[in-house]
Amino acid sequence: MTAHAALELIDLRAGYGSIEVLHGVSLTVEPATVVALLGPNGAGKTTLLRTTSGTLTPMGGCLHVGGVHVNGADAASLAQAGVCRIPEGRGIFPNLTVAENLRMWTGVGGLRLPEVEERTFSRFPRLGERRGQLAGTMSGGEQQMLAMSRALLVDPAVLLLDEISMGLAPLIVADLYELVRTLAEEGIAILLVEQFAQTALAVADYAVILAQGRVTRRGTPAEVEEHLSAAYLGGAA
Amino acid sequence: MTTFLALAISGLVFGCVYALTASGLVVTYVTSGIFNFAHGAIGMVAAFTFWQLHIAWGWPAPVAFLVVLLVLAPLLGAVVERILVRPLYGAPIGVTLVATLGLLVTLLGLAFLVWPPDTTRVLPRFFAGHTVTVFSLVIDWNQLLVIAAAVTVAVSLRLFFSRSRLGIAMRAVVDDPELAALAGTKPERVSQLSWAMGSSLAALAGILLAPLVTLNVTDLTLLVINGYAAAMIGRLRNLPATVGGALLIGFLNQQAVGYAPPWFNDYVSPAIPMILLFLAVLFIKGERLRAGSLQGLRMPRPPSLQRSLLSGAAFVLVAGVVGSQLSPANLAIGGQGMVLGVVMLSLVLLSGYGGQVSLCQLTFAGLGAYAMAKAGGGLGGLALAALLPAAAGALVAVTVVRLRGLFLALATLAFAQAMDKIFFLHALGSGSSLEVPRPSLPGIDLQDDRVFFAFLAAVFALAAVGVLALRRRAFGRRLIALNDSPAASATMGVSATSTRLVVMALSAAIAGVGGALLGGLHGSISNNDFLLLNSCVLLLLATLGGLFSPTGAFLAAMSYALFPKFQELFPDLGQVQFLFTGLGVLALGRNRYGIGGQLADAGEKLRALRVSRVREVARAAG
Repeated sequence: MTAHAALELIDLRAGYGSIEVLHGVSLTVEPATVVALLGPNGAGKTTLLRTTSGTLTPMGGCLHVGGVHVNGADAASLAQAGVCRIPEGRGIFPNLTVAENLRMWTGVGGLRLPEVEERTFSRFPRLGERRGQLAGTMSGGEQQMLAMSRALLVDPAVLLLDEISMGLAPLIVADLYELVRTLAEEGIAILLVEQFAQTALAVADYAVILAQGRVTRRGTPAEVEEHLSAAYLGGAA
Repeated sequence: MTTFLALAISGLVFGCVYALTASGLVVTYVTSGIFNFAHGAIGMVAAFTFWQLHIAWGWPAPVAFLVVLLVLAPLLGAVVERILVRPLYGAPIGVTLVATLGLLVTLLGLAFLVWPPDTTRVLPRFFAGHTVTVFSLVIDWNQLLVIAAAVTVAVSLRLFFSRSRLGIAMRAVVDDPELAALAGTKPERVSQLSWAMGSSLAALAGILLAPLVTLNVTDLTLLVINGYAAAMIGRLRNLPATVGGALLIGFLNQQAVGYAPPWFNDYVSPAIPMILLFLAVLFIKGERLRAGSLQGLRMPRPPSLQRSLLSGAAFVLVAGVVGSQLSPANLAIGGQGMVLGVVMLSLVLLSGYGGQVSLCQLTFAGLGAYAMAKAGGGLGGLALAALLPAAAGALVAVTVVRLRGLFLALATLAFAQAMDKIFFLHALGSGSSLEVPRPSLPGIDLQDDRVFFAFLAAVFALAAVGVLALRRRAFGRRLIALNDSPAASATMGVSATSTRLVVMALSAAIAGVGGALLGGLHGSISNNDFLLLNSCVLLLLATLGGLFSPTGAFLAAMSYALFPKFQELFPDLGQVQFLFTGLGVLALGRNRYGIGGQLADAGEKLRALRVSRVREVARAAG
């Protein structure tokens, strides 16, 4: 049986209002694979993730999750269907306590709170100490742990990560990327957007360079790496 | 001591009702970000529906109570959210405000239609006749019911928001709707639920309030101002502070009845909620400067001075010819349209160009008429009619200069209602009216109705040319820049304070002149001419007509003036000005340019077409 790719974008077009940002992007992410999505500012990386997770509606092309055509599905439905995006910045509710944030993560997959807490706190013991604290008052690293705990809990088919290293200390970043690797080994298809290309390429199986809303390069990390500076500095793409 | 305690109990009871109203207001505002001006009207409709089921159709009180509270009211809230509110998420405050005001006015119109005010309806107190005596203090069961309801609601809300998944989801949606969707919760569903809850709370407050006061459409609707004040004390976020504020308002109102000197109860007490609302708004923390958004307004291009002068002259000429043919009754309607057009122009300047919502334009008009009457007419009187409102406008602007959007609207609402209760009621004399003379011009007999009509047309044209001239100058650009992006304007050194002060004073002056001429047209004014609700209708009509052009202002004013005519045609429709305006806003409210804007747009296209044709012809001719 030929399994479907976990995530498949075919000639996907998307943008805001009448402004098109992605001019036809094709991309496949297989289960248990990490794909790094690289590119300069304004290339459309975040737009791509937002479209893939249903926050934005595609303007054209196809979006397939597990082989199912899902164009036009809203974010909440796609979340139920196994797409999990951790947004840029901190993917947490700052005015809710840690426990209440975890309660929100039970919106997908029919999890129960005690189970959620146990699994989260065994992976991130520091969150257990801060159970009743407002999430917005924690350190950046702790907030990112809380955000990542959603990916850990809901057992998604597709995980979309948007700059999880932003503003964090290198040690914490290393820890988070170790988690990314573990999640991939569990069979999750991961699409990763990262400013620090080296960090991302170190964990990725494949890499894609996006520039001005189009894929300009794709291949193994080693193949893509040599074209990186050209892509970022606007050389011949 | 007994008096004090008895008043404290009745104050507590009123406070509890206000707390229910305010909690509903806060729940919807926090979750959907849209302040529901129609909250009181929903409570009013619920109270009347309860009367209909219970008294008119004889349903048992508990059944009628539960049907309204748990079925009809939530349904109304959910439908309103789906149809009216959902398309407005992320829209600027001006738009959301007009939409919910439109709902308020529609509900008023419907209530007048279904329950005509010519019959008296009474909702008896619950458990009438049953009382308990505590320390020689007689408390009736109705009062106990109100207190019990408020306590139950407060405790349930507290538990709901801290313990239940749905309550936590509501707070999560407030924090970050996008993330809530990513976590599998549909934000629209949550908002819809909050509107259903808010509507149910409004209904509860309305049903409990009606037996304590009278079952009257406008009174029940406007009592919500107490709730606004309480909600502002809680900064529209904090439920315990909101409840505390509500209890304080109830307490102060009732103690004033017992202990304050008569003059205080005559002049100040009726305005206590408005004063508290005004104060609470003043102490709101200034919001962050907003940066411009992509969805800027594309306003119609203002015509050149030459063009507007020509159009103005043509307008006066046509008006003079038409005026000479009209019957006296229709002449009065036309004149009313002209002067209201002047008041509308003040809104074009303030709300259209300046983006500041004002619910007190008719108050300024009333002040103008008052000044004109006291000055005894003449051109000097007209000048005073501009100066007094301008001073009042400047005063309001100075106190609320930090405020924008919703808070400015609430402050002007409080000002309008307080002026209504304090100033107009007494300065003009309740029921009686104040005679307002017409201005006099050397050599022209303005006492003649047809001449006066032409004069009014000239004043409107002059004001329109003036407003357009302002729009083309640096001042107009500053206004629009401030409206587009306060942050960008601040970095360029545009003084928001002085610009807002000047525009408010100018617009008040224009409205004042309009008011003085309105008084002159009818010969007198009464305190019913400048009610808050009429100011709301005025703003809504101005928005429908188009807040960005004098044409729109003229169309809006003429339709306002024609309402009495409609009333004659459809006497069964109740108060047509509410129903027609409300339905118009609900139908067209999302079009921000109004009818005038559409016309200007069409005109622009025609002109472009003509220019290109002329060019083609020129090219063909070589």
